[in-house]
Amino acid sequence: MKYVDEYRDAELGRVLAGEIVATVEPGREYKIMEVCGGHTHTIYKYGVDDLLPANVELVHGPGCPVCVIPMGRVDDAIAVAHIPGVIFTCFGDMMRVPGGSGTLLDAKARGADVRMVYSPLDALRIARENPDREVVFFAVGFETTAPSTALTLKRAKAEGTRNFSCFSNHVTIVPPLRALLESPDLRLDGFIGPGHVSTVVGARPFEFIPADYGKPVVISGFEPLDLLQSVYMVLRQLVEGRCEVENQYARVVPADGNPAALRVLEEVFELRPHFEWRGLGFISHSGLKLSEAYAELDAELRFEIPGVRVADPKACQCGEVLKGVIKPWECKVFGTACTPERPIGTCMVSSEGACAAYYNYGRFAREREVV
Amino acid sequence: MREHEALALIERVRARPAKFKDTQITMAHGAGGKATQTLVAGLFLPAFGGQALRELGDAGVVEDLALTTDSFVVKPIRFPGGSIGELAVNGTVNDLAVAGARPLALTLSFVLEEGLSADDLRAEVEAIAAAAAAAGVEIVAGDTKVVERGSCDSMYVTTTGLGRLDPRATLSTGSLKPGDKILVSGPIGEHGTAVMLARGEFELEAPVESDTRSLWPAVDALLDAAGPSLRCLRDATRGGVASALNELAQASSVAMVVREAAVPVRPPVVGACEILGIDPMYVANEGVLVAFVAPEAAADALAALASAPGCEAAAEIGEVKTEPPGMVLVETAFGGRRVMDLLVGDPLPRIC
Repeated sequence: MKYVDEYRDAELGRVLAGEIVATVEPGREYKIMEVCGGHTHTIYKYGVDDLLPANVELVHGPGCPVCVIPMGRVDDAIAVAHIPGVIFTCFGDMMRVPGGSGTLLDAKARGADVRMVYSPLDALRIARENPDREVVFFAVGFETTAPSTALTLKRAKAEGTRNFSCFSNHVTIVPPLRALLESPDLRLDGFIGPGHVSTVVGARPFEFIPADYGKPVVISGFEPLDLLQSVYMVLRQLVEGRCEVENQYARVVPADGNPAALRVLEEVFELRPHFEWRGLGFISHSGLKLSEAYAELDAELRFEIPGVRVADPKACQCGEVLKGVIKPWECKVFGTACTPERPIGTCMVSSEGACAAYYNYGRFAREREVV
Repeated sequence: MREHEALALIERVRARPAKFKDTQITMAHGAGGKATQTLVAGLFLPAFGGQALRELGDAGVVEDLALTTDSFVVKPIRFPGGSIGELAVNGTVNDLAVAGARPLALTLSFVLEEGLSADDLRAEVEAIAAAAAAAGVEIVAGDTKVVERGSCDSMYVTTTGLGRLDPRATLSTGSLKPGDKILVSGPIGEHGTAVMLARGEFELEAPVESDTRSLWPAVDALLDAAGPSLRCLRDATRGGVASALNELAQASSVAMVVREAAVPVRPPVVGACEILGIDPMYVANEGVLVAFVAPEAAADALAALASAPGCEAAAEIGEVKTEPPGMVLVETAFGGRRVMDLLVGDPLPRIC
């Protein structure tokens, strides 16, 4: 595929991997967090980490939008999906995320009308085609997906589609990063910044990371060469003693982001005082709800939502795993109470989460040899 | 707990016999991944499992006969390159073929929805007759049921196939040995992609057609060329090539390494899967087999396979290894390695 294969060139990858080996100081350990779940996916899909020297470790961050939804919100979603007359729409990978009492796929099997959509506009179309049903869109994601929800809500309001509403679980990227950085036991050396989010918010919101916390950030694209180059750029900063926000993904990310998208977010959403994150607890000003002007399209006001609160078990140590303080297998519930089939924390929910990947492939990761 | 203790605990838990503990059936139980495996190993095998079934081959063996059955519920019933009737013949014929059996006869059972147009039924009957003639099998018995509108989606078709084991074949799911070569018979992901696009949910168009065809000519050619060096064959249907490889890695307690760059995938399938966020290795095929061949016979087997109709793009894609047993690893085209696991459920697209 033109314009894609260029960023997957194995020969260039080998060259970059060689540069990385030449850059790192032997005997020094480097822990770099890739914030975004999309990056984790690329690393996993192309085996990018397999090309890195043993003393460079990639720590998978809190940026998988479906993994961070707390169990209680999933239970709320299931409750709405079971309201008679409701068509409940959501993105595909959200359907498999377990709440306290099963997943949306289970709810579908029990008779709820749960439908997968690729875009919030598909949900709005379903609402137009089913005027006698209530269509609810389960909105999840960071600033990457929030603008498309916002534009859909604007359109719904403009055309007066009354049977459409949005159950917003949109979150913002900076507060969880700040929460991680605030912890005194943080063991990360640098960050690979979220490329898709940055297309909307720009590079500037991440400047507090080098300025306040002294950690380098490189905003990265999503192809394997992008990731390798970004790892290289973080390592160069560390080795040269620099500390700044660099933009590897300049072909897409402008420094100021996308002002039109930011304007529509401003209009349609407002910050919640606090929002719960799976495995990370409550984080102030980290969630988005519909603004006053769009209250009529807010599913949380239209329906009786139980407001289920399922506490993460005390033993869950996702926070420490994310901070690089402990390895997945050092968590008290790893492999016993918390497994990929019955996950507790965010790191076990997605197959690419740090704990799930370790559970499934740990033996391979440890032995590394295929004979 | 130390790392090796944590890993040992996981190994112990995984080694336990699968238990089917779900309270209801979800779509995942039919998707061919982990949930399907748990259902089969945790509920069906304990109840029915004689030796023939425990082999978990594509067909069961009774004396010198092979017997298999399959239901077809595809939506829409017609798609580029094929239809439910053609699929119902080829799917069952292929389950016999990859068991090393020459297909002889089929039974055919219809569940029809009230209101189905007679023209649609006639078209499928003609498709079935044509596919059966092409595959050289006779329809020898059948059944028809009609259910109320809404109780089924236009029509479901079940076929049962009978074949005679070919004396040249010594195939078994547990017979893979380190060093064996892995062959695929043609470009992968065509059928599943064609059906996904035909559903029209994605407003995506691409020149992709189902690959539905009888694989007996390919099996016949392989048996001629490799005979006893042919260890095992698998029809890479639901769950795709990835699931077929995982099932056999487990059955034979071997590892496998697949070279991603060697796997034939046509550009429109690559493009559609890229946009949909799905890996073509997990997408269903209806005319692709995976063959495991002893290394000394691999070149001849590949040449023979490539001479069979529809298998011109056949390729050697990897090799059987010893460690870690039960695991399938991919050498990515980018140069890294990763584990290619069974899917937990249906392949669901990612949001980002």
